[in-house]
Amino acid sequence: MSATLEKGIHALKEVIDAPIASYFESCVHCGLCAEACLFYTETGDPKYTPIHKLEPLRRVYEQEYTLLGRLKKMVGLSKPVTDAELDQWQELVYDSCTMCGRCSLVCPVGNDIVYMVRKFREGMAVSGHVPDGIRSATKRTVETGGPMGLKWPAVANVLKHVQENTGLTVPVDKEGAEYLVLLSSMEIVNYPEYIEAIAKIFKKAGISYTLASDAYEATNAGIQIGNSDLAKVIVSRIVDAAERLKVKKVLSPECGHAYMAIRWEGPNLVGRPFGFEVVHVLELLDELRQKGVLKMKDKLKDPLILHDPCQIVRRGGVLQAPEPLIQQVAENYIPIADKQKLNWCCGGGGGASAIHTEEAEALRAKAFRIKKRQIEEAGVNTMVTFCANCRITIEEGFDHYEMNTKLLGLTELLAEHLED
Amino acid sequence: MNDLQFLTWTRGPGLDIAVGIFLLGVLWRLIEIYTLGRKKDLAAPRHAAGASGLHTVFRRSLPPPGMLKRSPVSYIGGYIFHIGLAIIVFLGAPHILLIENLVGLSWPALPSQFIGLTAVVTMAAMVVMLADRINKPVKRFLSTFEDWFTWAVTFVPVLTGWMATQHLLLPYTQMLALHILSAEVLLVVLPFSKLFHGFTLFGSRWYNGRVNGHKGVPV
Repeated sequence: MSATLEKGIHALKEVIDAPIASYFESCVHCGLCAEACLFYTETGDPKYTPIHKLEPLRRVYEQEYTLLGRLKKMVGLSKPVTDAELDQWQELVYDSCTMCGRCSLVCPVGNDIVYMVRKFREGMAVSGHVPDGIRSATKRTVETGGPMGLKWPAVANVLKHVQENTGLTVPVDKEGAEYLVLLSSMEIVNYPEYIEAIAKIFKKAGISYTLASDAYEATNAGIQIGNSDLAKVIVSRIVDAAERLKVKKVLSPECGHAYMAIRWEGPNLVGRPFGFEVVHVLELLDELRQKGVLKMKDKLKDPLILHDPCQIVRRGGVLQAPEPLIQQVAENYIPIADKQKLNWCCGGGGGASAIHTEEAEALRAKAFRIKKRQIEEAGVNTMVTFCANCRITIEEGFDHYEMNTKLLGLTELLAEHLED
Repeated sequence: MNDLQFLTWTRGPGLDIAVGIFLLGVLWRLIEIYTLGRKKDLAAPRHAAGASGLHTVFRRSLPPPGMLKRSPVSYIGGYIFHIGLAIIVFLGAPHILLIENLVGLSWPALPSQFIGLTAVVTMAAMVVMLADRINKPVKRFLSTFEDWFTWAVTFVPVLTGWMATQHLLLPYTQMLALHILSAEVLLVVLPFSKLFHGFTLFGSRWYNGRVNGHKGVPV
């Protein structure tokens, strides 16, 4: 056994806990999880059945933690997990799993399958079976601060443009502000309008905020790759900055996995509860809406549907804010059948959008057909969402299928129609 | 060993051995699984109505929105044979007598004709589920020896019990002995196979509900 494989198996042994044991023991091979997975529904290939994606982890569990499994291993009746097998599983654990968690919602025996995928990735990362795209994004985040290799001077430059466009000052490294505002590289590079929106809304609400020049990036590729050590390094930057600047709250950007990383995984990575609150930008906006601060000067008339990003809604718990907010700004919002926690993934979460092999991109395009269908069935030309990564993936899908659908970011849309 | 001796063995030592392995097996497996423990979640919880372990234990008994349409055979067939098995095991007169002999508790039984009909319906549902496992690509792909074996181990006691009461194929004594023996095989296999889901599914649903409930998501 190679040294890296040994480390990988060791990591798998380490992550197996009572829930995982209980889940594996409960599975009756009914296959219902496949019906909840867009990679299965859109390809019809049984290998994409969520529980099957965990087969190597299941065998490690059986061989190491059950009496019968240990007996079988002793007499040489069990099949050991090999490098070649993990290599083959890379496609199943990364390319074709966005950690959207829809399978965990339908399993009749109650298995939280995405919980297991997250843990399985720990062993995949340690044993070196991670797609190059996610690996290099993680490396860039650790070395430069963000997955796109963006450094502070570039961010400062974007902020300069924001200040010119809005006429507002964007505070940086200001101690004692109420909020520390985090961004994601994708917003900085592709959607700087988000930052303008935030500046306008904070001004309007009279809330103090700041950015931190050493902790502006909220995304955490360490979590996507499944490496807790790297994830901890990345999240610690934010924790240190929040504590140094003595902020009360940290504002997560729209970006889905950034929210997951800081709100839910963060305290567990650093090993202690936070002394500050982590708020998703939509939670803040909905609070302002309820207070009557978020008044609109007019409403968007186009009929539209909402794409609920998995990591924010189904897996992040921001369930109630999105709908009232979209209704605040859109006159013809059409609720779709599979909405809120039942929504279908865009196909690019969990690091999948960073994998640029031909096969992965072709698979993503296929998986996107489910979003295409939702849009066509609703008969709309506009979709609104609130996650930078979903936006990139969805735009790619629109291009691939040559769709004329417009995609809007919720926060920007609200800012655009905000009463002056 | 003649028929009567065989029957006597299945009702005496055979039953003791099977019940013993079943009880110790269940206890051992539960300890093996649940003493693994889990880490405390350090993130500040978000509270939401209906989001807890207990909620999910109950909620997951019903198909989530849209799922019944996607896999009607799994749900309808699954309900019928699970409920059927429960009716036969816990409301059939001879079974209640057995339980009374073992633990001293008893309750009223359903008429034997009704139990017989339930057995037929249960077997039909199980055959449909088997056909579905063979026909449906996902189920066939996931299936291992254990899936076929546990199906048979569950089916045979129902079949032999029904055949014994209907006096089919073999003399009653022989069929009854076979029925008891097959039920004993089921008891022995249960803790060490996927049939153990009958115990762990409560834990699994609870963990899932609790982990997601911590984030304020009713699952």
